[in-house]
Amino acid sequence: MVKFAANNLSIWFGSKQVLKEVNLDVYANEILSVIGPSNSGKTTFLRMLNRLNDLQPNFRMSGEVKLEEQDIRKIDPEALRRLVGMVFALPLPLPLSIFDNVAYGVRMHGLRDKEKLSAKVEESLKQAHLWDEVKDRLNESAFKLSGGQQQRLCIARTLAVEPGVILFDEPCSGLDPISTAKVEDAMLQLKENYTVVLVTNNVKQAARVSDRTAFFLSGELIEVDSTDKMFTAPLDKRTDGYIRGKFG
Amino acid sequence: MRDTHRTQNIAFFFLLLATLLIVIPVGLIVVIIIQKGLPAINWQFLTDVPRQGMRAGGIFPAIIGTLYLVFGAIIFALPIGLFAAIYLSEYSRDNFLNRLIKLSIVNLAGVPSVVYGLFGLALFVVFFKFGASILSGSLTLGIMILPIIITTSREALESVPASFREVSLSLGASKWQTIRHIVLPNAIPGILTGTILGLGRAAGETAPILFTVAAFYLPRLPASIFDQAMALPYHLYVISTQVPNVDEKIRYGTAFVLLALVLFMNLVAIIIRYQFRKKKKW
Amino acid sequence: MRKIKELVIEKLILICGLASIIFVALIFLFLLKEGLAVFNIVSPFKFIFGKSWYPISEPAQLGILPLILGSLLVTLGAAIISIPIGVGCAIYIAEIAPLKLKEALKAGIELLAAIPSVVLGFIGMVTLVPLIKNIFHLPTGLTALSGSIMLAFMAMPTIVSIAEDALYSVPKTYKEGALALGATHWQSIWRVMLPAASSGILAAVMLGIGRVIGETMAVMMITGNAAVLPNSILVPVRTLTATIAAEMGEAVVGSEHYFALFAVGIVLFVISFIINVTADLFLHKRQ
Repeated sequence: MVKFAANNLSIWFGSKQVLKEVNLDVYANEILSVIGPSNSGKTTFLRMLNRLNDLQPNFRMSGEVKLEEQDIRKIDPEALRRLVGMVFALPLPLPLSIFDNVAYGVRMHGLRDKEKLSAKVEESLKQAHLWDEVKDRLNESAFKLSGGQQQRLCIARTLAVEPGVILFDEPCSGLDPISTAKVEDAMLQLKENYTVVLVTNNVKQAARVSDRTAFFLSGELIEVDSTDKMFTAPLDKRTDGYIRGKFG
Repeated sequence: MRDTHRTQNIAFFFLLLATLLIVIPVGLIVVIIIQKGLPAINWQFLTDVPRQGMRAGGIFPAIIGTLYLVFGAIIFALPIGLFAAIYLSEYSRDNFLNRLIKLSIVNLAGVPSVVYGLFGLALFVVFFKFGASILSGSLTLGIMILPIIITTSREALESVPASFREVSLSLGASKWQTIRHIVLPNAIPGILTGTILGLGRAAGETAPILFTVAAFYLPRLPASIFDQAMALPYHLYVISTQVPNVDEKIRYGTAFVLLALVLFMNLVAIIIRYQFRKKKKW
Repeated sequence: MRKIKELVIEKLILICGLASIIFVALIFLFLLKEGLAVFNIVSPFKFIFGKSWYPISEPAQLGILPLILGSLLVTLGAAIISIPIGVGCAIYIAEIAPLKLKEALKAGIELLAAIPSVVLGFIGMVTLVPLIKNIFHLPTGLTALSGSIMLAFMAMPTIVSIAEDALYSVPKTYKEGALALGATHWQSIWRVMLPAASSGILAAVMLGIGRVIGETMAVMMITGNAAVLPNSILVPVRTLTATIAAEMGEAVVGSEHYFALFAVGIVLFVISFIINVTADLFLHKRQ
């Protein structure tokens, strides 16, 4: 089943065109990774899916993006972002306690009952493989956690809202290999219940984790296929060149 | 080579001189006021009404009047100023309206204080028929300190990192929720600093209250916001220029109380600002 | 439900955002409302250039030239004193003072800025005025010179802090480039940093002068309040601001005198508007 469908999507920031006529589908319950050199448009594409690009003052688009047959421009942005969550590149805890971080999204959507909140926070932290490490200090500031812990906190925070889709924007760029492995494990487990789109600079990470891979270059989608195929026999030689590390 | 160094030494000497020419008189002024005003300060001075045509007694009504006015000014200026700052920081775009607003703020900040007095007279005392009253005076002072509140609050709001807003929005919170729960709480020290600075300014101004509220002599305390009131700055002016033969001690004492009040408020604001910068968590 | 509440709040925010524009407009409007009436009695030309200000005589003489010259004289004097000292102090703080001293100095300047003008007027009255009287052997120390000196002190914090900001924001590479070519510290300041910060320093001076022109209480207490054309700096004068403050108490609401004082207010408002807008332009020119 198709979760997202981008048709002829072009994006400009001011006079600079950042995405050119991208046609890309995201299937439900898959992990799709988006790879490419910097400035290839991959983060812009990702941020289109939860309409974070709207926040930029000179953003302009043509074409359309549909979430399950509905044009996302017609969906209220708040409602859309409840369905499509995001984990950012640098761990970005809010200046709140660990508990309040995880509970933030759910609280904003109206949940006040303390017991239900506690249950939700615990469940989300377990899903992010962080519960054991923080269960005794939920009221401490989130800034006291290590980088890897903070990133898993951000994942827990996103999961608490129960979106159907989770977008990962180079989530391991600031993390050490052990934390990276933990985040990748979490991603693989999420696949059962969520659709995951992962933008990554690390080609090997894409190979480890994703079902399909899309390769962007200078704002264009060059090729998208199952990960196995992309990494063994890509159709476009630019894809091949990038994957082998010949450029980028 | 030696020549240029000599030039530098001479130049630096004059620069130091310039600095001393500012700093030393300031110090002297404060010292004089403390030295000559402190002897006048006792419980009676602070709690008694003026007596013998203000040549004796205390300054209690003036202190109370100033407190009322300052309190009234901030009740008016803080909500409007804070919301205006929120508009500039969170909602406005870089367009003509934005430039116009910023220009207006610069102008409001530069309007002479006596012109505010005229404005208060024309609008609140005469047009709205509030008469010379605490209400008119507070509103006039409130508009006068609005630029301070807006500018400092906006800086405080803008210093909250943009990434926090992005994270909040990405979780499906609305813009106002983000402001209310993430941006505002983390801007409070800066907002508080600006508020106290505004209070200090309002406490020391004379011209805006001359025609809008200040009473020459009011032995009883004001009973409502429609009453006139005495105020410290005006009182100091009156006993220095309008009433002959006032004991020097009383004049300096009044100046001391006013200066102490204003400087105390500024000191508190500076301390808050300093603590905030030290303890910033991000 | 929450959406409706948020919509109302956001509308309130917008209205408050416009508040400053509204208030500036209101001030100008009400000044005009009460002040334009005076031009039924006297032509604008005679008002601004008339040499006699006797508003309560019959017929009233409403020429504000003595007041304009009074303001000008006092302001000019204050500018001559405060600009070199203020800019000099700003350079010292920005470039020469060691770090701890710098913080102390900046605090001291903020302190000076916070002193209420009536307190400065009082101190000027009891210390400066007798001093001037004695030094120059005058019948009275209430003179334009006394006013200039005191007002210079009120302008200096503004000049120092804005000029210091301007110097601070000159890119370090400018200064380093000059030093690398063998210039002394002073040469790098004089030849490179000052020119680079010139528009900011100009803005600082303008805002300082703007503050002086608008000053009321200190002038009222020190310059003597004689509304006649000054012939030197050692005579009493009357400024535009002091006129309004001193006479409005006696003017009956709706009388010629009342309107005339509002007209003086219009003149003050226009002057400060021009100064502030120009200074703001200079401050943003660099960006």
